[in-house]
Amino acid sequence: MSNLLEVSGVSKSFGPVKVLKEISFDVRPGEVHALLGENGAGKSTLIKIVAGVINADEGEVRLEGKAVRFASPREAAAHGIATVYQELLLFPDLTVAENIYLGHAPKTRWGALDWNAMRAGARALLDSLDSPDLDVDTTVGKLSVANRQRVEIAKALSHDAKLVIMDEPTAALADADARRLMDVVKRLRDRGVGIIYVSHRLPEIFALADRVTVLRDGTYVGTKPIGEVTEGDLVSMMVGRAIDHLFPKVDTTPGETILEVKNLSYRNTVNDISLTVRAGEIVGIAGLIGAGRTELALTIFGITPATSGEILIDGKPVTISSPDDARRLKIAYVPEDRGSQGLIRPQTVRENVSLAILDRIARAFVVDRRQEGSLARQAIERFGIRTRGPEQRVKQLSGGNQQKVVLAKWIATEPRVLIMDEPTRGIDVGAKAEIHALMSRLAGQGLAVLMISSELPEVLGMSDRVLVMRGGRIVAQFDRKDATPDAVGAAMTAAKAGASLESAPLGFKGAAAL
Amino acid sequence: MTTETPALSRLVPVRRWKSFFESYGQEFVILAALVVLFVGVGFYNPRFISANNLTSMFVGNAYIAIAAIGMSMVIISGNIDVSVGSLIGVLGTISGTMAVNGYPVILCWLVPVLIGMVINAGVGVLVAYVKIPSIVVTLGMLSILKGGLISVTGGAWISGMPPEFMIAQFRLFGLPSSVYFMVVLTALAALWMKYSPFGRAIYAIGGNPEAARVTGIRIQPAIVGVFTIHGMFAGIAAILFATQLQVIQSTVPPNLELTVITASVVGGVSILGGTGTVIGSTLAAILFAAIGSSLVFLNISAYWLRAVQGLMILATVLADMARRRRI
Repeated sequence: MSNLLEVSGVSKSFGPVKVLKEISFDVRPGEVHALLGENGAGKSTLIKIVAGVINADEGEVRLEGKAVRFASPREAAAHGIATVYQELLLFPDLTVAENIYLGHAPKTRWGALDWNAMRAGARALLDSLDSPDLDVDTTVGKLSVANRQRVEIAKALSHDAKLVIMDEPTAALADADARRLMDVVKRLRDRGVGIIYVSHRLPEIFALADRVTVLRDGTYVGTKPIGEVTEGDLVSMMVGRAIDHLFPKVDTTPGETILEVKNLSYRNTVNDISLTVRAGEIVGIAGLIGAGRTELALTIFGITPATSGEILIDGKPVTISSPDDARRLKIAYVPEDRGSQGLIRPQTVRENVSLAILDRIARAFVVDRRQEGSLARQAIERFGIRTRGPEQRVKQLSGGNQQKVVLAKWIATEPRVLIMDEPTRGIDVGAKAEIHALMSRLAGQGLAVLMISSELPEVLGMSDRVLVMRGGRIVAQFDRKDATPDAVGAAMTAAKAGASLESAPLGFKGAAAL
Repeated sequence: MTTETPALSRLVPVRRWKSFFESYGQEFVILAALVVLFVGVGFYNPRFISANNLTSMFVGNAYIAIAAIGMSMVIISGNIDVSVGSLIGVLGTISGTMAVNGYPVILCWLVPVLIGMVINAGVGVLVAYVKIPSIVVTLGMLSILKGGLISVTGGAWISGMPPEFMIAQFRLFGLPSSVYFMVVLTALAALWMKYSPFGRAIYAIGGNPEAARVTGIRIQPAIVGVFTIHGMFAGIAAILFATQLQVIQSTVPPNLELTVITASVVGGVSILGGTGTVIGSTLAAILFAAIGSSLVFLNISAYWLRAVQGLMILATVLADMARRRRI
């Protein structure tokens, strides 16, 4: 069978960071080709290159044997490549039909929009996707996420797509919807469309894919027909083996329980969570995107106050209804997105470091500049922040150094509980190791650390205990010694649709750790 | 990431200057423009820098600089107030009417300031707690105040205020009181914004509200606070405005709010919030006054002042964008 798409030797750098290194893979017509890898492995960059959003630095993309280089996603679409993005790019105030035909609507002889043709076309497309229940005249804003996804797919098909790229299409869907979506994907495949399917959910991949390609840290690990691999093989390919020596976690003897959470819930994103963190302990929370990990952190920290359940500090129940409350209780939160939640970018290092404790270092409405300055200089030294000095603006620092400023800000509050959400996302390897060393040292000084990370090696390397979340719940718990990549990976990815997927070979060692 | 060598630490003074200029770049540009203007126009026509002209320049414009202090704080917090001109008109009228009707002078000065604070505290509550964008709230306020004022007074002239009421005409060591008000209030506000936790919170909120909230800063009271303080400055500006001449026309000075906002923006306060200083806005207000006055001495139509102000806004914003890109 000739290949529909051939990618050979594609590399891409963003600044000094090489995010893709000589990737090659191909897609055949009528094939579902799964693309698998951890966050940051380069999947998104790769599909963006294929979809014409960005261009590769080196290498070649061939479509039906002809080399192509798209200047824009529109050009890629004209060549029959359609992309269904994770964050749906629909217009909520337009109707289903309008969304499907946006940008290439059928016209009448007079140049006006041909509404009849548009509605009929939309109807036919949706019917072919087994969605006769979807009304083409409702506005998209009124639809469920699952239905919007179907509209997005219909939109892709309206371009006569030969190749459809799907980026985690089931990430936001409930079980039944995920299954229906998978049926839609199978229909597309049977029509001869080639599909690149990005997903973290292994059972889904086993149920759908014909072949699977694994990426790790921007490099190509391998391509296998799905029949020749087990889940365990894929997890090993994804995470690799060189974990332990990278992480300087020092063994500590945990002290008293500092933070305890009992049956904590927030709406339907955090469900009945109970956990404890002891002094000197690092508790890692693993899980896929959308598993409710960040939501849990936001609830403990009072950004989205709990709708039910209890939080105890030192065994005493406390009320946390705002970040201000949390700060007074000596809880610190280093957020996932430093740009939008961690830093005041136009301000200086000094001003950012002191922001959380201004009341404390002010006397009679005046901030003590000497104390503030020495605080900033200490932070720079202690955290190894590479900066011109306390007066440099934080927006001029690199990502790793910005993260250290956020950390320094919170450590200045002398917290007892430190919640870190994706502490090393988007940071280069050297700075990563420094942040890990800092975390380890802080835990050694008796902080209770709760760490959320999507990078399995980080969770496994840094944590004394690992909790796994899925669907807003804690679904598994491992001690450091039992937390193998296979076991934790399985608990993370075990499909919530697992029961319905007979073909999914579940049940290797550790999967039943519940 | 580059590793800086320890040897670089010898360059500390240079770096301090760099940081200093990053913080006060716009202020220096305006100061330089002022010097050039005074020297240049002074050479052309020495009467421009005569004590008489400088005095009338300050007496006639100090109130704009003072209103711009509060405006700068509001803009730094990420908000805006387009109603300040109307507020000054209303408060000035209240003040003059009270004075004519024989109320104690102290009350004639204090009551309008308090009313300004109460009105703007209300604006702050609508912005912070009801979450209506400040431009909408203050547009509404603009019409309410302006319409109300014209309806009640019919635009009548107020005159016959007692001489002890005319605070803008007081002099100390030969300088008009307006100058003292402008300098002292600017200095106090600058220190307050730079060194008080409240001022820092305002910069943080304007720079990144989400991060400020996550850091435990209570945004809503701070926004109400900043509008209330702005109301106080508007009140003081109104008193100086009302007492600079022997008569007060009970209407809203045309385009006053735009002049005040322009002073803030040209003074280096980013319209996006989070950066700028009240020193800059005061310097910019002085610069406008000087340009307006110099047009007279250069025999150029005073109508050009507005066009010059417009050009300066564009130039400032372009310079700001260029600076952001470089940094």
